[in-house]
Parts: sequence; C-alpha cells; structure tokens
Amino acid sequence: MIELLHPGLVLVLGGFVAAGLRGTWRKAVVLLFPLAALALVWTAPEGVLWRAEFLGQAITPFAVDRLSRLFALIFAVMAFGGALFALNQAERLELPAALVYAGSAIGVTLAGDLLTVFVFWELMAIGSTLVIWSARTGDARAASFRYLMVHLLGGVLLMAGVAGHVLQTGSAAFGHIALDSPAHWLILAGFLVNAAAPPLSAWLPDAYPEASWSGTVFLSAFTTKTAVYVLLRGFAGTELLVYVGLFMVFYGIVYALLENDMRRILAYSIVNQVGFMVTGIGIGTEMALNGAAAHAFAHIIYKALLLMSAGSVLYATGKRKCGDLGGLFRTMPVTTACGIVGAVSISAFPLTSGFVSKSMISQAAADGHLFAVWLLLAAASAGVFLHAGIKFPWFVFFQKDSGLRPAEPPLNMRLAMLLFSALCIGLGVFYGPLYALLPYGTHFVPYTTPHVVGQLQLLLYSGLVFFLMLPMLRRTLTITLDVDWFYRRLGPAFLNGLAGGLSRGLAGLGRDARALGGLLLRWTERWHGYDGPLSRTPTTGAMALWISALLAAYLVMYYA
Amino acid sequence: MDEHWLARPATRKLLWRGFIAILALTVAADFFVTGEPHFGIEASLAFNAWYGFLACAALIVFAKGVGAFLKRPDDYYRRRDD
Repeated sequence: MIELLHPGLVLVLGGFVAAGLRGTWRKAVVLLFPLAALALVWTAPEGVLWRAEFLGQAITPFAVDRLSRLFALIFAVMAFGGALFALNQAERLELPAALVYAGSAIGVTLAGDLLTVFVFWELMAIGSTLVIWSARTGDARAASFRYLMVHLLGGVLLMAGVAGHVLQTGSAAFGHIALDSPAHWLILAGFLVNAAAPPLSAWLPDAYPEASWSGTVFLSAFTTKTAVYVLLRGFAGTELLVYVGLFMVFYGIVYALLENDMRRILAYSIVNQVGFMVTGIGIGTEMALNGAAAHAFAHIIYKALLLMSAGSVLYATGKRKCGDLGGLFRTMPVTTACGIVGAVSISAFPLTSGFVSKSMISQAAADGHLFAVWLLLAAASAGVFLHAGIKFPWFVFFQKDSGLRPAEPPLNMRLAMLLFSALCIGLGVFYGPLYALLPYGTHFVPYTTPHVVGQLQLLLYSGLVFFLMLPMLRRTLTITLDVDWFYRRLGPAFLNGLAGGLSRGLAGLGRDARALGGLLLRWTERWHGYDGPLSRTPTTGAMALWISALLAAYLVMYYA
Repeated sequence: MDEHWLARPATRKLLWRGFIAILALTVAADFFVTGEPHFGIEASLAFNAWYGFLACAALIVFAKGVGAFLKRPDDYYRRRDD
C-alpha cells in the first residue's frame, strides 16, 4: 500500500539514516531518499490518505490535492538537486539536517489540518537552523540563533492562532481562512513571518548568506515557499497581501542594489520574488493563483541554481564580496554559464521558466484592471533584471579582472547546476506539463508576439540603464541597515543601558551602605571602642559620685 | 599572456554595438506588432522600453537615496564599541 508511506516522513527518516552513515552509503542515501519521496508524491492518489485523532481533534496528516502535490513535487526535486550539489560537503551535520528540513516542508504541504501544519512548521525551523549552524563559523552561529528566535516567534503566533481557530470553529481542518477574528490574524502573521514579509523580513538576508556554500542552496527553497503554499491555501484573495507583496518586491530590489555580498544580493532577491507570489495570492483570481504557484515552482529551481553558482564561487575562491570577485568566467565557464541561465530565468526572459510563470501574475493584474498593481509589477520586473539578472553575474563573473583563477567545482556540483539549468530552460520552452500541474485548469498562452516583444524591451532597456549608471552602482564595503538593527543594536543597547543604569544604581546604593556602615562603626568605636567613654572601667569613687548625682536628680524631680 | 578574447577592447566594442542594434530592433518591432493593450498607456510607442528604462533609473536613484541614510561599514555588527 503506497499510501502507507508519507513522502515527507520518508525524507525525514532519510536524514536520520544519513546522519549515521559515512562514505558511499551516505551518498546513496541522501540521493535515493529524495528520489523515493519524489516517486511517492508523484504516485500518491488525490484525497485524504491518513486520518487520526489528536487531542480530541480529527486530523489528516496526509492529504493530497493539486496544490499540495505541486509544492511537494518541487520540494522533492529540490531536495535531490541540493543533495547532489552538497554531496562533497565535509560538514557531516548539514545534509541530514537539510533532508529533515526538506521532509518537514513536504509535511506542511501534505497536511490537511492546521495541527499537522504546526508540527512540521516547527520541525522545519529546527532543521533549517541546524543547516545554518553547520557552517561552523561564529557569524553563522549567532545568525542561526537570531533566525531561530524569529521563527519560534512565528511559531508561537501560529500556534495561538490555530488554538483560537479550533476553539471558534471546532475544527482543525486547513481550508480558506477569512480575516474575521484575532485568531485568524495571528495565523496570517505566523505565515507571513516565514514568508519574510515586513516588518520581520530581515531574518532572511541576515541568516541565509551565513550558511555554508551548499547550505544556502537548501535554505533558499523551503521556508519561504512553504509560506507561499500556506498563504495560497489559507488566504487567497486577501487584499492586504497585494500591498504586502508589492512592498516586498521593491524592498528586495532596493536592498539588493545596495548590497556587496553576492549571496546577500540573492537573499534580498528571494524576498523580491516571494513578493511577486504574495501579490498574486492577494489578487486571488484563478489566473493569479496559478501564477503564484507556478512562480514558486520556477523560482525554487532558478534561485537554487543562482545560489549553486554563487556557492561554487565561494567554494572555489573562499570570497563572497563582489568587490573581491570578477573575471571568473575565464576559468569557471560552466559555473558562469549556469549562473547566467539562472539570471535570465529569474529575469523572466522568453524561453526561460521565469517568463512562463511570472507572466500569469501580470496578466491577472491586467485582467482585473488593477492598473497601479500592473504598472508596479512591470517596474519590478525590470528591477529584477537590474538587481539579480545583471548585477549578480556581472560583478561576480565579469566586471574587472580580480586576478583570481579558480578551478571549476567538483563534478557533482557541476552536474547539479547543469540539471537545474536544463530545468530552467526546459520549463520555459515546454511549459505544458507545468501548466497541467497547476491548481486550476488554464489555457494561458505565454508566447504571444506582443508579450515577447514587450518583455524584451522592458528587460533590455533596464540592461541599458545598468551599464549607463554603472558608476552609481559601484560596490562599496558596506551593509545596509534593516529591521534587524532593532534587535541587534537598539534592543541590546537599551538592555545594556538598563543593566548599566541598574548596576550604577546598585553601586551607588552600595557606596551609601558602606558610608552608613562606616559612620556606625566610627560612632561605635568612639563610644564603645578601646578607651571609648562607655567602655572605660570607671573608678568606684566616680561610680558613687554618678549614683548620688542620679539620686539627687530623682529627688528633685519627685518633689518638683 | 594574451587577454581573454572576451575582455579585449575590440570585443567589448563589438558587444556594445550588437547590444545597441538589438535595442533598436526591439523598438522597431513595435511598429509591426499590434497587441491587445489592457491599458491606454500600453499603446504608446515602445511603452515597455521607455517605462523599463525610467523605472530602473528611478530605482537606482531611490536606492542611492536610501543608501545615503542606511549604509554602514560592513563590519558594523562585528564591531564592539565597549
């Protein structure tokens, strides 16, 4: 019975098995388990496959429909491609953690109820934190803890929302959720934290680029796209998401334009791309939702490809800043070519996967006569080419000659890049199978002459701007402050200030106490100390004199 | 050692010329292609070309403006000021 095997749990199990193995067995396990998961997702029939009862609630940990199958499929493909790329990663924790992470992401997509969603949601946070942590640098460790804090906060919001939802409706089933109660707002907030939506978007560019050369590839795929999936299922057509998405789109572009670290450029670009999907979810028509789902599918492949090429550069040179790189096309032609395929795909050039997916979101905006949204999406599409499509390959592979002559990365890494490059082009040319997998049936035709010509104009002229304004884009040794400043600088500064004030206050109190003590001591010493008036041994005569004086005073007072 | 053919000045000049020719071609194509514009602005000549150009220029200028306020040295968070 194939339904007895849950693809997500199979992958999680693969992670645990791989953790105990070394050498060839380990390589076999990390490649075969994702393939097994892929086959299980592909063959799983639609409908509810697992039912159970938990805390008095009927739960469905394994349920399949078109939407969940689409996301589970791409997650399994991603787990395989990522594992192939990371096969020569020496750090033994990373790949097992990545498989657990990928498996729990599949678990979220196949969950028919919110309680199961929550369990896998948290497992995902743990898996991904371990992936970041595996880079074994001080920066990665610190970043992984900040990352975990943000995601645990997201988890708490989600749990509170789910609890409220179950209380209100008496059901944990995961379907469309209207924004009509605080509980539902909390669920939305929990989802949006993982989507890297404002105000907590900074966790992504803060943490992802700190992972190892292979770790970032996994990270780029699962957390944000799982968030896109749950938003698609729960909050399709929520108008607020249009504005949230548009903000993310432009936030990503502006910050990526200012960035110098090649993987941080791509990290900001993830926020930008998820912004397109979130906008589509907010528009909420069948065309828009298809577009958001297709874009998530295409994005996972080309963003992984871009980060694989960046990872290869990091692997080969040990450098990550654009300022230190350049001219690498001479000795890394395969990496350069694959990086360019990723770059033209994310830019949605005709004949690439980005073109056939993003077009649907723009089309939905046009169909809905949302002029401003459509106009902003077009500007953003041009901006994508600017910040990711040209900037990344130009500064890393061309630009100036940095003098670096690194060799191409090992075969497994090149194969992973070639596989994903083939998928980028393949999906762009033969888009039929992807469209057939989308949640709603569609007859959308991406390749019409006006659309192709228009898109080429848009992209090529933004390319022209890039080269004309290149002096303004000169790389500087800078970072750009983001919301994480509040919890990395302001918060600690406030607490340090508070602690400093308290300790100063306490020190002051201590001083006062010591001064008081000293006073007491001196007084005691003066009166009772050696030779003090009250501790001297008076003579008998003096005693008799004082007693008679006392008695005399008593007499006077008695008769007075 | 000889410079890589792609980095030679002659090649770069050729690439620029090719790029400009393609830019001109995409605009020229606009005269022969009649789409079904959803919005009036789309009917303007080479809408996507000038719109893409202006949007990107505006984005770069805006980013520079943001950068003027929010850029910090890249060891900002590593520095300990105590």
